[in-house]
Amino acid sequence: MEEILNGLPKLGSAAAAIAIFLAFLLIVFFIGARFRGRLQGPAALIVFLGPALILVTMGLIVPAFRTIYGSTLDANQEEFIGLDNYAWIFDTQQGVLINTLLWIVIAPVASTALGLTLALLLDRMRRESVAKSLIFMPMAISFVGASIIWGLVYEYREPSREQVGLLSQVVMWLGVEEPPNWILWQPFNNYLLMVIMVWIQVGFAMVVLSAAIKNIPADVVEAAELDGATGWRLFSRVTIPMIRATLIVVLTTIMIAVLKIFDIVRTMTNGNFGTQVVANEMYAQSFVQFNEGHGNALAVVLFIGVIPLIIYNVVQLRKERAIR
Amino acid sequence: MSVEAPEFVILPEPEEGNHGIKEAARRKLSSPWAVLVVAIITILWTIPTVGLLITSFRPAADAQNTGWWTFFRNPAVTFSNYAEVITGGSTTATGIMPYFFNSFAIAIPAAIFPLVLASMAAYAIAWVPFRGAIWIFFGIFALQVVPLQMALLPLLQMFNLGWSIGDIPIFPDLNKPGSNQSLLAGTYIPLWIAHTMFALPLAIFLLHNFMAQLPRDLMEAARVDGAGHFLIFRKIVLPLSIPAIASFAIFQFLWVWNDLLVAITFAGGTPNVAPITSYLASLKGSYGAQLHLTTAGAFIAIIVPLIVFFSLQRFFVRGLLAGSVKG
Repeated sequence: MEEILNGLPKLGSAAAAIAIFLAFLLIVFFIGARFRGRLQGPAALIVFLGPALILVTMGLIVPAFRTIYGSTLDANQEEFIGLDNYAWIFDTQQGVLINTLLWIVIAPVASTALGLTLALLLDRMRRESVAKSLIFMPMAISFVGASIIWGLVYEYREPSREQVGLLSQVVMWLGVEEPPNWILWQPFNNYLLMVIMVWIQVGFAMVVLSAAIKNIPADVVEAAELDGATGWRLFSRVTIPMIRATLIVVLTTIMIAVLKIFDIVRTMTNGNFGTQVVANEMYAQSFVQFNEGHGNALAVVLFIGVIPLIIYNVVQLRKERAIR
Repeated sequence: MSVEAPEFVILPEPEEGNHGIKEAARRKLSSPWAVLVVAIITILWTIPTVGLLITSFRPAADAQNTGWWTFFRNPAVTFSNYAEVITGGSTTATGIMPYFFNSFAIAIPAAIFPLVLASMAAYAIAWVPFRGAIWIFFGIFALQVVPLQMALLPLLQMFNLGWSIGDIPIFPDLNKPGSNQSLLAGTYIPLWIAHTMFALPLAIFLLHNFMAQLPRDLMEAARVDGAGHFLIFRKIVLPLSIPAIASFAIFQFLWVWNDLLVAITFAGGTPNVAPITSYLASLKGSYGAQLHLTTAGAFIAIIVPLIVFFSLQRFFVRGLLAGSVKG
């Protein structure tokens, strides 16, 4: 009870902040609405677009340039050292880069493939919503929560003792006498961490792809069926081409999420035992080692990794606009 | 845990015409193998969470020395894990509740601020004619390219030391004179601002896509009647955009509630402002072996997003689809 009473002022301050924010907007709207005639358009633009533009400029554009510039400075951000930070990444952090690359390739492909399989299977079923909800549910769970959930699965005990981890127990039931300590089991521990990401992302892939499959016009499928296409041929010649665009969006969306993956590695291993990835190493360099030069350079590496994915999406979007 | 999930809403609705035929074909195609595979995957996907739930109710000794599946042979239920996590007990001074409330105090404003600002911006791009609107739109969409990680250090510097170009202050230095403590330290303000900034690109993109499809006649009729942009926005566009706004609100609330990176960067770990994810991460770090406590803590942390998810699933799904289904 006491705990709850102590929490109320916190909610109060949040409510106050929202009230102040809305009151401020109302005043601005009131003033803005007084402009008439030729000034009306510009006034509306400033009021409507101004705040968002200022915030993204301060929060994203300027920081991006500062980070790029900061990646050429030393640990304390005082002296210019050229590309030494990048040399450090490519000389000493190859393991981290390789892990990140494995993550970017394996986790999105696995999630999308499994999501597509489920979407196809579910498309043929009448009672699909319970299965869908349960498979989709991990999306609502935080990476930290997921790490604790999967920590239980990967928990290690001496083989002679009673097992607590589900994976060890299942493997022992299957006849393996000495299961490894999963989290320390290099290099396979990387894949075990990816399983967590796949567990979370499959639901997303499934739901989006399932909607795309339902959007395929019925006459297209019927025409193909009349021509004798069934099973695999129907799938590879009709279904896949019809949902290609969505398939790629799902893949790139998960890739971007994976590239920035931080929470899973941080809470499961903190980057130890050969599982470090760029996003977590960036955090460690900036906030634990206090080497901001290294941290900035790693952030830029992430940035460079995301660019092609976003460019691809923008090009797709422009094409689609052109069609409309 | 609730399994009574509402039916998914798939947009656009399937065609009405040959519904009966298609339905019959579907039933025939629904092979027992497909059902079996889906059932197996569903069970596999659910088991880890069930394990968490069961472990959180087991006595400490049981949870630490036996697998949770033995619970079915030897069912012993206790609430003391939850009591200990909530009061702090012997593990931490404050328990989980301050962090739980912090999460609400962070996530609710951090969902509302970007939504309001993004709907305003989306309206301007879609319905206030000006040169370069399309470029601003693509520019904002492309800003998703900037990883959070890139903005963390500069923003932290801004909150702590202020920014200036030469002598002109852009963001004031909020340090109390003579001390090294920023006025913003220990408040939610940096978190709200940071989450708002990071959410805007996606929010503007999604809301613009929705608002741009509202009927043009409606806007023109209102304009002929003498309504200005402010009136049209409040009386026409906002009410009509409720579905899109609800979708994004849920999405953003879950995102902020589940976030760890922004939280530990801008809030540190103090019970004054740090959210529940940051508490859980430190609980797992220091008391990882105390499975009965970490699982109880984790369950308290995930119950809120799960309730939001299961009760508002249809909006959440609609939001996801708006973001990624093309054509």
